[in-house]
Amino acid sequence: MKKYDITSCISYPEEGAMGKTGSWRVFRPTLDIKKCVKCLRCWIFCPEGSIKRNKDDTVEINYDYCKGCGVCANVCKVKAITMKRENEKK
Amino acid sequence: MALKDFPREEYVLQGNAACAGCPATMALRTVLKALGKKTVMVVPACCTAVIQSLYPTCSFDIPVMNIAFEACAAGASGIRAALDQQGKHDHTVLSWAGDGGTYDIGLQALSGALERQTNFIYICYNNQIYSNTGIQRSGATPKGAWTTTTVGGKQEFRKDMSEIIRAHHLPYAAQASASRPLDLFEKVKKAKDIKGPRYIEILAPCPPGWRFGMEKTVEMGDLAIDTGAYALFESIDDNVVFNGKSKLILEEKIKPKPIEEWIKNQGRFKHLFYPKRDEKCLAEIQEHYDQMWDRYRKEYL
Ligand SMILES: Cc1ncc(C[n+]2csc(CCOP(=O)(O)OP(=O)(O)O)c2C)c(N)n1
Ligand code: SF4
Ligand code: SF4
Ligand code: SF4
Repeated sequence: MKKYDITSCISYPEEGAMGKTGSWRVFRPTLDIKKCVKCLRCWIFCPEGSIKRNKDDTVEINYDYCKGCGVCANVCKVKAITMKRENEKK
Repeated sequence: MALKDFPREEYVLQGNAACAGCPATMALRTVLKALGKKTVMVVPACCTAVIQSLYPTCSFDIPVMNIAFEACAAGASGIRAALDQQGKHDHTVLSWAGDGGTYDIGLQALSGALERQTNFIYICYNNQIYSNTGIQRSGATPKGAWTTTTVGGKQEFRKDMSEIIRAHHLPYAAQASASRPLDLFEKVKKAKDIKGPRYIEILAPCPPGWRFGMEKTVEMGDLAIDTGAYALFESIDDNVVFNGKSKLILEEKIKPKPIEEWIKNQGRFKHLFYPKRDEKCLAEIQEHYDQMWDRYRKEYL
């Protein structure tokens, strides 16, 4: 990326600008890939963009940044995602 | 068009400062997918200026200029002029502001840019409050809603911003919702290919501001449409076309759900139900939306 050699308040794009926001989570979305029908609703609605869309349109959750809001579980029509308390046995 | 056809590129980076369940990042992801890399964004004081995160990092993977609260559209006019000077006519200039920065403090700069026919897209993500500073009332806050400056519930009805915008007779204006990404994507795409000033408002149900569980952002947006609290439409060269469920409500093919179905799920209206139902206020709110639809029917059917 082009950086500018001037003294000014220019910020540059960076993933994890506020750190690993996965640490905010109280509930953890868990995906049952067998139930998933690849509708991509969780992918487009995740406010964080933490649902990874693979080439074949299967999805994966990025726990480094997922904030645990539960939107994905709520929009999944086949209930392939469930929210579990972080400290529960996985 | 289906979700499968959405571009895979992400311009809103993970690990940003947005609250969990944020409607602003939810909508912005879709908007930037529709606009693509050749976009310059202008962001005034609002949640998004915080979501961007702290110097020297930025959570958006496109150029962003931050500007004073009242100056979003003025800043966009300047960026447009600079890009045109460089021959970059194919770059989109996107103003992205909250409802406080649009309905209230940024209104004169916005009106000026629309009147000057500035070639840009102005998007207001409407969370119906000044949320960045801790939930104060705005001109977009609906009647009855609690905010920190309307502790007993707001007395006044919200301002009809889209009508003010439409009075500028601009080539494109629309209302969309964060809960309807397909519709939002198509509206932004359409706006992108039009020259001149374009305005889109996106309903943005805000969990901490409206006091609902953060998993319900999409539900709250859909319920606003189903109850007729919010309408989806486009205005192209002054022709207004309603779409989705709003079209069916307009044509009276379906009845909107009672407004209570939307407000009873939001803590900001709790005082209308507990400890005792405020029948008078509830009736006034329902009547307000009924009248809004009557007016829509008179004007646009
Ligand atoms: C002239 C001026 N007045 C007040 C503020 C403080 N301020 C910063 S953001 C904000 C609220 C923004 O509300 P809105 O535009 O609705 O966006 P949201 O925070 O809801 O995303 C306020 C009052 C400011 N930055 N500048
Ligand atoms: S819980 Fe929220 S942040 Fe995490 S993957 Fe689901 S929608 Fe995204
Ligand atoms: S919403 Fe559910 S079914 Fe659709 S892609 Fe996500 S996990 Fe799969
Ligand atoms: S207050 Fe609302 S709009 Fe602002 S960052 Fe939080 S969820 Fe998003």
